[in-house]
Amino acid sequence: MAYRDEKLQEEKVFKDPVHRYIHVRDKVIWDLIGTPEFQRLRRIKQLGTSYLTFHGAEHSRFNHSLGVYEIVRRIIENFRHRPHWDEEERLLCLCAALLHDLGHGPFSHSFEKVFDLNHEEFTRQIILGDTNVHQILKKVSSDFPQKVADVIHKTYPNKLVVSLISSQIDADRMDYLLRDAYYTGVSYGHFDMERILRVMRPMEDQVVIKKSGMHAVEDYIMSRYQMYWQVYFHPVTRSAEVILSKILQRAKELYENGYAFKVKPVHFLSFFQQEVDLDEYLHLDEAVVLYYFQTWMGEDDPVLSDLSNRFVNRHLFKYIEFNPNHQLKQWAELQQLFKKAGIDPEYYLEVDSSSDLPYDFYRPGEEEERLPIHLLMPDGELRELSRQSDIVESISGKKRTDHKLYFPMDLIEGLSDRSRIKKRIMEILQE
Amino acid sequence: MLKEHAKLIAFFSQCQEVKGRKRLQKMIYILKKCGFPFSERYQFHFYGPYSEELTLRVEELNNLGLLDEEKEKKSGYYQYRYTLTEEGKNFLHHYDLDMPDMKPLIDLLNERSSRFLELVSTMLYFDELSREEVEKKVHTVKSKQNYTAEEIAEAWAFIEALRLSVTNDQ
Repeated sequence: MAYRDEKLQEEKVFKDPVHRYIHVRDKVIWDLIGTPEFQRLRRIKQLGTSYLTFHGAEHSRFNHSLGVYEIVRRIIENFRHRPHWDEEERLLCLCAALLHDLGHGPFSHSFEKVFDLNHEEFTRQIILGDTNVHQILKKVSSDFPQKVADVIHKTYPNKLVVSLISSQIDADRMDYLLRDAYYTGVSYGHFDMERILRVMRPMEDQVVIKKSGMHAVEDYIMSRYQMYWQVYFHPVTRSAEVILSKILQRAKELYENGYAFKVKPVHFLSFFQQEVDLDEYLHLDEAVVLYYFQTWMGEDDPVLSDLSNRFVNRHLFKYIEFNPNHQLKQWAELQQLFKKAGIDPEYYLEVDSSSDLPYDFYRPGEEEERLPIHLLMPDGELRELSRQSDIVESISGKKRTDHKLYFPMDLIEGLSDRSRIKKRIMEILQE
Repeated sequence: MLKEHAKLIAFFSQCQEVKGRKRLQKMIYILKKCGFPFSERYQFHFYGPYSEELTLRVEELNNLGLLDEEKEKKSGYYQYRYTLTEEGKNFLHHYDLDMPDMKPLIDLLNERSSRFLELVSTMLYFDELSREEVEKKVHTVKSKQNYTAEEIAEAWAFIEALRLSVTNDQ
């Protein structure tokens, strides 16, 4: 029997708090789960620094990847024998779903920003490079690794296949919303996924939703909106993220200036030199990063030591609402005051904007900007969701954005009470 | 603070006006591929390279009162038109931004249709591939658009002209 068709003698199941069970019958899927590259995802948290705000948010990208695989498996089961669905694409969809986040590194967002990396590029390298994952995919067929990479990067010719994993209503989003809501313990973020799966229909280029399922989709859209503002963009999480970026930025700067670290940061050297190869990338997980943060707490450099201590012991920056347009002068003045007070503004003063954490709210947008969610009407016509749903129209039209100023209140409070600098800083922050 | 926003304001100040979000997305992508220091991350979407970061940043500029967004009803859909507000124009006077001159390239881009910019940005997205492979990709990922051989040839010539324009400016 061809490897692509090989089934396990007995079905394997993973117990999962979100989907109850994750079912594996295909040998290829089972083999992929067992690779070191996939197992590494156990050591990378799905929500990065959110565990400092929501202590339950310790779930990993491993859990999420299995979840996305399971949702796609269920969707495909419903699609069998329906028009537009090609059963030949089944294994490709399952593999792409399972491997879609394979290139994520520890605290991806900050790492990518500071070291100018792209996790999608590493996903591609893991799938196409000299890895165990590649060996398994190649056993299916010589062009199979490239097909999986193309689906994940949305350049595969069959758009329906791509849309299962990446579209405005896809398995990736459905899993992370439910999973993140579960692990953070928040009460919003829930929606009836079973119902959505039942009303999904394959079309030529995309998955569409039967009109009768519109209310379930409304809940899903609301869930996306609420999870962004209540969980993903939580100001305390953003404070931790700001500090994390500053630690990496400081360590890199020290390295470039020839600073002698007490413990040589061997796992970081290629990142500092911006020449990260795949092997080095795969060796850096969150346990390693947190180990270095522990050692950096004892470094002689006061900035690196202080920032590392703040992150490890959750001694975060405070924040205020900030309007970068109307408060441009105050920003410049604060920079000067911080310098005079001996607090380096490069590391201790930061404006964080909603665009620093890109998240795609549902927007119908304009024609051909991006593909919206389409409802399949009883007469067979397709209609864009917000044209049918008042709820979706009301939240997709709103453009809420946010800017906050982050600073170390304890350092400011530690300045002498007689200091005019302290007085002025406090005046600006309390305006 | 707002350095990436300031770069976009510099772009809008040299454009005068941008008609359409798709056009905006593709223009910034092409400029970025030509080496202009925009940091917005792009992914491949149904209609070519698309950046959610750019969409959000433009919304922020709009909410901050620096950029005006006008919604125009077209047949069956809306089109958005962007112009800097007076505050937006003043913003750059208070900002020390070292941005190369984008005007010659913007003028070249402005002469072209959104459909053509979609083709060019898609070809640039695959610029690590050989010429033949790029053309094959265009036909597979953009099969619906039915780009003709003439359009593709024109896009190659356009990409060459962009590169020359950038080289001459250096």
